[in-house]
Amino acid sequence: MPSHTISVLVENEFGVLARVAGLFSGRGFNIESLTVAADPLDPSVSRIVLVAEGDDQVLEQINKQLNKVISVIKVTDFKGVDTIGREMVIVKVAVDERTRSELDSIVHAFRAHVIDIGPHSVSVELTGDTDKVAAFIALVRPLGIKEIVRSGKVAMARAVQLGADNHRHHHSKD
Amino acid sequence: MKKLTGAQIVIETLIAEGADVIFGYPGGAILPTYDALLDSKIKHVLVRHEQGATHMAEGFARVSGKPGVVLVTSGPGATNTITGIADAYMDSTPMVVITGQVSTSLIGNDAFQEADIVGITRPCTKHNYLIKDVRDVARIIKEAFYIAGSGRPGPVVVDLPKDVQTAEHSFKIPDKVELRGYKPTIRGNPRQIERAVEAIEHSSRPLFYVGGGVQWSGAAAELRELSRGLGIPVTETLMALGSMPASDALRLGMLGMHGSYGANTAVTNTDCLIAVGARFDDRVTGRIADFAPKAESIIHIDIDPSSISKNVKVDIPIVGDIKSVLVDILASVKGRESIAKKRAEWQKWHQQILQWKKDKPLYENSRDGRKDGLISPYQVIEELYGITKGDVIVATDVGQHQMWVAQMFGFENPRSWLTSGGLGTMGYGLPAGIGAKFAAPDKRVVVISGDGSIQMNIQELGTAVQYGVDIKVIILNNYFLGMVRQWQEKFYQERYSYSAMSVPNFVKLADAYGAHGFRVEHAKDLAKTMREAFAAPGPVLIDVVIPKDEVVMPMIPPGGAMSEMLFA
Repeated sequence: MPSHTISVLVENEFGVLARVAGLFSGRGFNIESLTVAADPLDPSVSRIVLVAEGDDQVLEQINKQLNKVISVIKVTDFKGVDTIGREMVIVKVAVDERTRSELDSIVHAFRAHVIDIGPHSVSVELTGDTDKVAAFIALVRPLGIKEIVRSGKVAMARAVQLGADNHRHHHSKD
Repeated sequence: MKKLTGAQIVIETLIAEGADVIFGYPGGAILPTYDALLDSKIKHVLVRHEQGATHMAEGFARVSGKPGVVLVTSGPGATNTITGIADAYMDSTPMVVITGQVSTSLIGNDAFQEADIVGITRPCTKHNYLIKDVRDVARIIKEAFYIAGSGRPGPVVVDLPKDVQTAEHSFKIPDKVELRGYKPTIRGNPRQIERAVEAIEHSSRPLFYVGGGVQWSGAAAELRELSRGLGIPVTETLMALGSMPASDALRLGMLGMHGSYGANTAVTNTDCLIAVGARFDDRVTGRIADFAPKAESIIHIDIDPSSISKNVKVDIPIVGDIKSVLVDILASVKGRESIAKKRAEWQKWHQQILQWKKDKPLYENSRDGRKDGLISPYQVIEELYGITKGDVIVATDVGQHQMWVAQMFGFENPRSWLTSGGLGTMGYGLPAGIGAKFAAPDKRVVVISGDGSIQMNIQELGTAVQYGVDIKVIILNNYFLGMVRQWQEKFYQERYSYSAMSVPNFVKLADAYGAHGFRVEHAKDLAKTMREAFAAPGPVLIDVVIPKDEVVMPMIPPGGAMSEMLFA
């Protein structure tokens, strides 16, 4: 089942996340990841970026149902849109004399950052698109992951759209 | 500016929004508002259970077209309204429910009679609010009415903590509602309307499939004009009955699980289905793959975009208010020669449907009465029609009796039929009928119920007696949960698992409440008893005993195709 990234602009008010999350659970839609934060330029609104699973019909219903929520101001569905998307992961990797240099080279290759060092572990932060984050995790896994935390995705449309199937689905309410 | 308490602001805003009747039940957390209510001109109806208040508000809304208003306390008062709120949500009924809440400082502390009603009602309301500041009271109540009554109507809950009710603030209602996330589309897209008209003019067997949206939009007149003007027949959902007058030959009656053979066969054969304010409910479509299989185009007019292509893929969607879109279609078809040329072909199609109707009429064998002298539901409905001449508001509960009335009663007017369609709430009928009477005091109101359903909210008979509500309640009593029994008979090898029910002596019960009670067991006494009962003043219960073997037919088994219709 394909994944879709949807950006939802909502009123920054009490209970709004519950409305959006409840809509997904109540209608049987799956959320793969979700991020939410107040808009830095306009604190009266929040931006929710969510990744959901489903075929075209499910995606259409998700869009429509989101638009039906009174606290939702605008829904932008990134289907067929060239987007820049980023996730972040922090991994605490076990290290010893032997593996420290191996980790260093992975960190270097991925342009990740070491953000904490302990006697037996190194914590690394990486920001990148979904595939890059997945590849990074796959490479450090054999070294021994002691702890890992991964964010949901944030995304926006690219300034220049090169894709052939270039139908941006704007479900604006006005 | 003079300061008012939050409670007084609630009452003043209710008055400004035109709420002249409210249904409610006082309790601790809403007492400040009840205190302010006592000095106002609003008529308050004290119910016996908060669920009753919600169904009364629904009945009131359905008849008046205005949002019904409910006022209850926190905790159990609020949770008792859930069924009615969910019912209103499913049947797009405008309603504003104001619930008391514990003081803001106590919220989240598991205080006495505290419930997270905003959390509980989130999935079954169009929107809901918790007011935390007295400065927001007037704005939020105004918004609640606007949201409830506009677009696709629905219930809105406003949770009102006790300290917000007692806090003071100057009273000013905002001039208009500003909601950047809520702007219902009223006018249909002209290009889509043009496409729809073209699809109709290219069709040979067009059919209107109309739903409750026609009633909420107040579009029955436009529908009638369009259907008659073009000669295109109309089939109605349960919620739409009365949109097209029963006496009009173009009206085919209800479609779906218990729809007529004529209506369902028309759906199966149409090449252009025009859905108007209907939502392709599973009780209408049966098995989706076999629904309207010959339709080359499906047009769907609805104010709610999420209803379009949810269950059935639609070719030509038109988002907009039904009335507005039908007016535009009427203007577009006017004087079109290509449409005028179709008339003869469409007339033949209509004749074909009328022949189907004649081939398998509803309850043909019931027309001469039962041989055993017992009462058939058919006779009761005939008798009711005879007494009222059809000029009556009918409310029902849920089950066999509901389907019999829907199939057989000849509704001539919109807004005269109250039933729980989407949620299928037993216990809806009596309170909905009471609410209807407050919306239209001069109209005759009849409730038709079953022996199971009536016992779910029988306590509202007390409300009817207290307020002298002139309402006649017919109980089709077969000492069984009839529809459950029917399914057990047809689909569970006649294994009647817990569906037989003892009932109280309804005559004595009516008497105990201070109402009139009648009972009739034999067909020969039916007419006389019903006429006596209808002549009695005030609330009346009529216990009509019917045999257990009476079933609702025809029937499409759940998930079945229209062609799999059972007739016995």
